[in-house]
Amino acid sequence: MMLKVLIADDETPARSRLKDLLTDIGNIEVCGEASNGIEVITLAEKLKPDVLLLDIRMPKMDGIEAARHLQTLAQPPAVIFTTAYDTHALAAFEMSAVDYLLKPIRLERLQVALHKAGKLLPTQLSEINKLSAKRTHLSISERGRISLVPVAEIIYLRAELKYVTVRTAQHEYLIEASLTQLEQEFGNTFIRLHRNCLVAVAYISGYEKRSIAGHQEKQWVALLKDVPDTVIISRRQQHLIRHTP
Amino acid sequence: MKNQYRLPDMRNLGVILRILILVNLLLALAAFSSSTSTSDFFLQLMRISALAQPTLLLGLLMLYSAESALQKRSFVAHLMTSFTIVMVSSCAVHQLFAASGIFSDLPSLGRVLLSSASIFTICVYYFQLLHRAHSPAVMEARLQALQARIRPHFLFNSINAVLSLIRSQPKQAENALQDMADLFRVLMADNRELVPLAQEIGLSRQYLALEKLRLNERLNVHWQVDNMPPDALIPPLILQPLIENAVYHGVEPLAEGGTISIQIYTQANEIHLILKNPNHAQTQLHQGNKMALNNIKERLALHFDLEASLTSTQNQAEYIVHIRLPHQRNRRSV
Repeated sequence: MMLKVLIADDETPARSRLKDLLTDIGNIEVCGEASNGIEVITLAEKLKPDVLLLDIRMPKMDGIEAARHLQTLAQPPAVIFTTAYDTHALAAFEMSAVDYLLKPIRLERLQVALHKAGKLLPTQLSEINKLSAKRTHLSISERGRISLVPVAEIIYLRAELKYVTVRTAQHEYLIEASLTQLEQEFGNTFIRLHRNCLVAVAYISGYEKRSIAGHQEKQWVALLKDVPDTVIISRRQQHLIRHTP
Repeated sequence: MKNQYRLPDMRNLGVILRILILVNLLLALAAFSSSTSTSDFFLQLMRISALAQPTLLLGLLMLYSAESALQKRSFVAHLMTSFTIVMVSSCAVHQLFAASGIFSDLPSLGRVLLSSASIFTICVYYFQLLHRAHSPAVMEARLQALQARIRPHFLFNSINAVLSLIRSQPKQAENALQDMADLFRVLMADNRELVPLAQEIGLSRQYLALEKLRLNERLNVHWQVDNMPPDALIPPLILQPLIENAVYHGVEPLAEGGTISIQIYTQANEIHLILKNPNHAQTQLHQGNKMALNNIKERLALHFDLEASLTSTQNQAEYIVHIRLPHQRNRRSV
């Protein structure tokens, strides 16, 4: 049985170096190459590799965040991180025994890492999550596929029972998450206009007083760009109106 | 080893500015101690200034012109000549005022000369203190500590890139290793002396060749250096660390790559280095960037005092660093 390996690195020479080494080891199939975090997710989903060699510093989405999104797959690949130099991440990897390789990578080290590579454990995952303090995308997994929603395109996040509705100009998604945690992660981009709703500051186009079904008095609502929806502003949050344009 | 006693370079803007401020403070103090009220203070100050400011300016002008000849002399000869120049300028201004008869209460020549001599002594003493604070030992220690450090990220990634070339393109690998050797020779050298601008540009080009190896078509560099003086002397490793920052923060995070533009020109006896790179969300928040900029700022200050500056600005599209430094052709001591 050949081991299926996916290589992810934004530098072409770094990828060809890894391919050379994997050829030297033998009995390995390099099933694909990705040059940024988003490609990693698309390819991992399509090619179902056994092992993913994942560079940390990549454009569009870094390796840490990509690894985090990949965990929503039914069969996530084993992940071995690669990096030239990143003291911050390495300290965390050491602590939680996550597999990593230092570039330039040695043949023997790569061999050992491939041999013992396993899926990320929940404890290791929570350690890695700390490293990607602020994600660039939210991931929604549907029927074994991962949809990525760029945080910059999210207009609002509304909590409903145990789900959060993610609203973009085109779509609505449901994710399992807590609004409080999302608020902590994206505090600068979103403001909490209502107990159950976080709104992207960049998408607020104005405020208005309107009669709303189920409310006796007229309510302050936020008007949004690109969508006809409005968000009610709770009494406690009304002071925010004065501080935002 | 440099002499323990040294007079300041009178062609340095910072030195001139310091003298102007110091002397004016002394004049204000004199006016204050002989005044009886606030309005009287201003009256006194004006009276003193009318005689003192022309003397001060004439003295500075004469010292400025004599500087190139004086700098080569011994400390004692330099000191005596400077003192004579100050006395002559005081005398000249006094004589001029006496002849024109504008002042009814012109102080006697003796009093004027004594005041000038005292102020001269105070200035010399002040610059001696300053010189000792910036003594060669202290300065060299500071410059040593400020030696630019290359990012480990770059070192290991470059070695990795060279390793990938060895099997398929050995010739290119050879070139890359030679570039790396040159780069590290400079980085590890004693970088306290000024170097010709052309040398720094050569080094920057070698550095970029190595980065090009890794980033390929993602890295574009636009040089505008037709109007630069290759022989001008600049502190070493002023440009290369800035380009390294531009690559690390400006180009690497972009999947489709970006362009760095480097513009160097002279204007009004000053050299301008302008470096631009693409700007995006998290570019400038990094600690590494701040550190490199502060390091260069401090080295510029140690070499040129107020005559050099580094400013960084950013807009939606670009991050811009602008360095301004005097066009210096001959080595002069720090």
